[in-house]
Amino acid sequence: MKKERYLLPLILILVWQGLSSVQVIPSYKLPSPVEIVLGFRDILIVGVPPGHLLHNHMLYSLYRVALGYAVAALLAIPLGLLMGWSPGLLRMIRPLFELVRPIPPLAWIPIAILWFGIGIKSAAFIIFLGAFFPILLNTISGVLSINPILIEAARTLHAKEKDIFFKVLLPGAVPSIFVGMRIGIGIGWMTLVAAEFTGVKEGFGLGYMIMTARDIQRPDEILAGMLVIGVIGLLIDIGLRAIESKTIKWQ
Amino acid sequence: MSLDLLELSKTFQGKGWGESVHVLENIQHRIENGRFVSIIGPSGCGKTTLLRIIAGLEKASAGKVLLDGKELVQGTEEVGLVFQEYALFPWRTTLQNIEMGLEIKGVEKEKRREIAMEYIKLFGLGGFENRYPKELSGGMKQRVAIARTLIMNPRVVLMDEPFGSLDSQTRDAMQEFLLSIWQGRQGTTIVFVTHNVDEAVFLSDEILVFSKRPARILERFEVGMPRPRDRTSPECNRVKREVLQILSKETEDSMGLPWIK
Ligand SMILES: Nc1ncnc2c1ncn2[C@@H]1O[C@H](COP(=O)(O)OP(=O)(O)OP(=O)(O)O)[C@@H](O)[C@H]1O
Ligand SMILES: [Mg+2]
Repeated sequence: MKKERYLLPLILILVWQGLSSVQVIPSYKLPSPVEIVLGFRDILIVGVPPGHLLHNHMLYSLYRVALGYAVAALLAIPLGLLMGWSPGLLRMIRPLFELVRPIPPLAWIPIAILWFGIGIKSAAFIIFLGAFFPILLNTISGVLSINPILIEAARTLHAKEKDIFFKVLLPGAVPSIFVGMRIGIGIGWMTLVAAEFTGVKEGFGLGYMIMTARDIQRPDEILAGMLVIGVIGLLIDIGLRAIESKTIKWQ
Repeated sequence: MSLDLLELSKTFQGKGWGESVHVLENIQHRIENGRFVSIIGPSGCGKTTLLRIIAGLEKASAGKVLLDGKELVQGTEEVGLVFQEYALFPWRTTLQNIEMGLEIKGVEKEKRREIAMEYIKLFGLGGFENRYPKELSGGMKQRVAIARTLIMNPRVVLMDEPFGSLDSQTRDAMQEFLLSIWQGRQGTTIVFVTHNVDEAVFLSDEILVFSKRPARILERFEVGMPRPRDRTSPECNRVKREVLQILSKETEDSMGLPWIK
């Protein structure tokens, strides 16, 4: 079973390498796997632009995402719990959010630059927008999906509103909150790279790195950078899943 | 000293153009403290609604519930309710479910652990204190649910078809277990809703047969046999027959099938 999973990718890579070697695929459009590995080595030790090494690009990107994502989670989770708890609040706030939510996070870039200037704040703001709504909506639906009988069971044990909020709604919504957090980080990570296309003051960031690689005509470095972006996204998701299954042992 | 149901009526108001449902009609009854009283009646007649009103989860449209002459206020510690569907908190272990009420009450951790562990032992849940509800059998879940209610020492315990979903062996064992627990708690009143006449006869001091909706008390049986009872004894069978006679007539009526005899 395990071996079969790697078989198809391996064959594809071999065929790709073969076609590149006999120049059926032009290397200035799509570099061969070997060239991409060499490109990876270059972004690792030479840097794009030279001196700006991969790990620094990664740190800057992760920092922007962490900032925007943390703010999104810290606001969306409590707000979502409150909105799920209070029908009045839900009715009041929802129309506003329904209006804002369909605007793609990237469409906010111009106004974000106007508000925050080019730099970490705008990037974090874009990521915030991408992550906020999935976390909020999933938190709300997590609260709403709690079996009302559990709330009543708590009431028969003399629970006050505060107890119901912290001992029933919050723990009951945790699985859904995790779903929202995973969708949120996925969207946040995607928007980050696009946000970095448009403006980075510090000269670091994975999106900035692959755009620079395009400017200097290095498709091998572009593809190596894309792979790094994908792998980091995957690792983040795996990490969150691990935290999730540690936290929710009861499902 | 007694639990008094005074002219209780309940109508669920339909939402918008929805029809309203008349569920309870003038329920008037006194239950002396410390008794085991079963309620039996056609499906959908309003048994759960009555328990919910006594527990304060629902407001009566008219009438009131008194305990020892005082009107019950919502959220009182005097009354505990065991739900039909267990209603365990799935994110809490056996131990955490059982100590939930004490936690809400603000009993400190060590103390409530100690009390909860006593209940775990008493209810034969030893070794399962750190399991989540999904890992427990139906009989165990029901024991957790009962322990979670009894740990608060309510004077009136309301039970809504607690053994309805158990297989018959587990059910018999749970009935005997419940009796032993109840007999160890002087003065605790149990109001027990069931569909099962056998169960009612085996357990109760008193059986109330409800009419179809809107529910009235059709008949009241005093079950005097000493415990432990033999489920197949002639006395038990006699009471069973009498209850069934009234019940089956009422059920036929409510299903509109009087020709099936
Ligand atoms: N919140 C509610 N709003 C409207 N109607 C309700 C509500 N709760 C219960 N009812 C109706 O009241 C009637 C009695 O319900 P109840 O659950 O008390 O019956 P029951 O005797 O417990 O039935 P069962 O034996 O099936 O458990 C039913 O017709 C039900 O549809
Ligand atoms: Mg019912």
